[in-house]
Amino acid sequence: MTPPLLSLRGISKSYGQIRANQAIDLDVAPQSIHAILGENGAGKSTLMKLIYGVEQPDEGTVVWNGEPLSLASPAEARRRGIGMVFQHFSLFETLTVVENIQLVVPGGKTELAGRIRTLGQDFGLEVDPLADVHALSVGERQRVEIIRCLMTDPKLLILDEPTSVLPPQAVKTLFDTLRRLRDRGVSILFISHKLEEIRTICDQATILRGGHVIGTVDPRDHDAHDLARMMIGRDMPDVMPALAMPEGEKRLEIIGMDYTPDDPFATPLSGISLTVRSGEILGIAGISGNGQGELAALISGEAMLKEQRDRIYMMGRDVGTLDAAARRRLGFAFVPEDRLGRGAVPEMSLVLNTVLTAHPFDLVRRGLINSAGATAFTSECIRQHDVRASGPDAEAGSLSGGNLQKFIVGREMMLSPKLLFVAQPTWGVDIGAASAIRRRLIALRNLGVAILVISEELEELFELSDFIQVLHHGMLSPPLVTRDTRPEDIGRYMIGAHASPEKVPA
Amino acid sequence: MSVWAATFLPALVRREHASLVAAMLAPAAALGMAIILNLGLYVLIGRDPAAVLYAMLLEPFLSWASFAEVLLKAGPLLLIAQGLAIGFRAKVFNIGAEGQFILGAIFASAIPVWFPQATGQWIWPLMLLLGAVGGALWASITAFWRVRLNANEILVSLMLSLVAAQVLNYLLLGPWKDPAGFNFPQSVMFQSDAVMPTLIAGTRVNVSLLITLALSLVAWVFMQRSFMGYKLKVGGLAPRAAGYAGFSEGRAIWLSLLIGGLVAGLAGAAEVAGPLGQLQRSISTGYGYAAIIVAYLGGLHPIGIIFSALFMAVLYIGGDNAMVSANLPIAAVRVFQGSLLLAYLVAVAFVRYRIEWRRPYHRSQP
Repeated sequence: MTPPLLSLRGISKSYGQIRANQAIDLDVAPQSIHAILGENGAGKSTLMKLIYGVEQPDEGTVVWNGEPLSLASPAEARRRGIGMVFQHFSLFETLTVVENIQLVVPGGKTELAGRIRTLGQDFGLEVDPLADVHALSVGERQRVEIIRCLMTDPKLLILDEPTSVLPPQAVKTLFDTLRRLRDRGVSILFISHKLEEIRTICDQATILRGGHVIGTVDPRDHDAHDLARMMIGRDMPDVMPALAMPEGEKRLEIIGMDYTPDDPFATPLSGISLTVRSGEILGIAGISGNGQGELAALISGEAMLKEQRDRIYMMGRDVGTLDAAARRRLGFAFVPEDRLGRGAVPEMSLVLNTVLTAHPFDLVRRGLINSAGATAFTSECIRQHDVRASGPDAEAGSLSGGNLQKFIVGREMMLSPKLLFVAQPTWGVDIGAASAIRRRLIALRNLGVAILVISEELEELFELSDFIQVLHHGMLSPPLVTRDTRPEDIGRYMIGAHASPEKVPA
Repeated sequence: MSVWAATFLPALVRREHASLVAAMLAPAAALGMAIILNLGLYVLIGRDPAAVLYAMLLEPFLSWASFAEVLLKAGPLLLIAQGLAIGFRAKVFNIGAEGQFILGAIFASAIPVWFPQATGQWIWPLMLLLGAVGGALWASITAFWRVRLNANEILVSLMLSLVAAQVLNYLLLGPWKDPAGFNFPQSVMFQSDAVMPTLIAGTRVNVSLLITLALSLVAWVFMQRSFMGYKLKVGGLAPRAAGYAGFSEGRAIWLSLLIGGLVAGLAGAAEVAGPLGQLQRSISTGYGYAAIIVAYLGGLHPIGIIFSALFMAVLYIGGDNAMVSANLPIAAVRVFQGSLLLAYLVAVAFVRYRIEWRRPYHRSQP
């Protein structure tokens, strides 16, 4: 066997009480695509920061190309041939591609533009060097980031959740690029929690759980179910079966809604039409920033249309003039995408955060807060939804993101809504809890609740939804019947290339 | 990159949890800091710091008569501060309590000025009521502009205080001037039924102290237990959460300003129907501004405000003492008040933040 390109032995890193990485052993072979697989909080990001020199390990040794390696900074890592593309890009939007690259790579504009074009042709990373970054799509920006790394001729490229921002078609292009890079001698560390992707592209997969290495396997020898079990340490819960439901009454209907926001950086919406009926789940797919936030605020009543009449109906009533509280009184419940400061007040206890939206449930008596009732409601929510907190009096801000999400989702579900709207139901939630949330959503649907879900995770929408509509540049595709639709069809709408007309349900 | 500028410099880092210890210590620490700072100033201007300290902070407690004056002074401060604190917790910054206080005094004075012959124990309660209405009306101007035109309530309420002072001047120099008052800018002396009964014989402390304490209790229930107070707090802590829950921002602004104006107006009425017994220009002595300090020094908490109002009153009475006995300039009390607020704001920053001395590192993002 060839000696490994990168070899870690006994790497540990602690932050205060939290032992993020414990005795990690990892070998990355030359010319391989190596996956680091793990749930949120398994220690993937910490490990990558140690390899890229952002942080230094407390213990352990790193061997690079047969020599011991100790990195003080990412700059040193780049000099030694290690590059990294972060999940969140660091590009200046007002500059052109070549100007962005000039910031870190020495050289004149024309020379660099030439190299960008050559690299683009070699690796399938076509991008116009003279284009302004703000005009580029997310996929193109990612290419710029990768090109910027390749400029320094790395031997190892770290990609942190690279597909989370891409539509399915762009994922295919990215994978072509990665294979070409591997064949030209670059090893790739591919961080992800998406099992099918890892099985498609990776030669090796190292699985992390709770800061430990659980094992290193060839992902092509295992099915997604096996990988998931290694990742979460137990069997994946089954998907809740969706019952066949008779067509229910319309609980939410939006008819030809246009919206021009005051904020020039917000996305205008045009011609939005959708219907959610009792006993069905409608999923809204699309990459964040295509109008999801604006649509959510208009439905919840946090933002108002200028022409209020005859656009938004809930439970059969025109709610255009009703504020958020009045819409809730009709039986509407909502989980917003931001938890801290919107779905919950960070400085207040969970009990008081329950009162935020559950106050009609006898939690206010004669104008005073019924603390006994609110505490009981909160304890029930904590118990039913497995919220890990020191108790009902814990400050909301002290909970981890996933636990706070469980609390907010639980609270809104306990309001026994007629219409439930959930934006990003499982963001930052570990796999076990995410599947528990999805099971509960389907269970509510089977009970006849109308549910609207906005999500960036296509798999999630395919698991949950009866129908999917895609939001792109503030416009909504026609509804697609989920079981007759392939991810690629959704992907075409996600990038604005309209698919052949699909079956439109009545 | 800018990271280099931060090298070796202290940085304020947000704590994961508010520090309870820091929260408890903040008022005491602020008081300590302010005392040290001011003693230093007294030394600089050549006064004997020990004598000043004695006159300012001890003498007010040493005789029943002077302590009664402290109670008298504490009344309006306490009343106004309770109202302001409710607004401040909703992040509605009513800085114009002084103007609302003046309008309260004017409204209350209308009865004895227009009906100097009227008798009956209904007069002073009606005056208090009118005063509260006057203060609330004045504050509603600010609320209206803020809700309708998004005009900053700090500026509007503050400037309206200056207008209120001119309204007072106009009345006292014009229509309401006492015809038998040797041309002094003041109203007639009020009849005895237009003045509140004395509470403690031999002092000027009157029944308004009881009203004030009762309203403090109401403020406590409102802020700590009521749903309406809860909505205001949510609006102050996380405006987007209030929008998400459907708590109206406009209603919170109206409510905050009306409560603040109501109690400030009541305090103004209690001044003219109490120790003054007539409307004069000297009713405006800055209670409305000092109450801002009282509210913050009391941690915006109804119980804390009772203590901070007492302390601020001691400072007023003690400052007067020190002017006489330690030859302190008249501005010294204001300087003390200001430095106290400053010290408190510094101290309270450490409830949510801690200082971290950044060690040098070489982080540079590509």
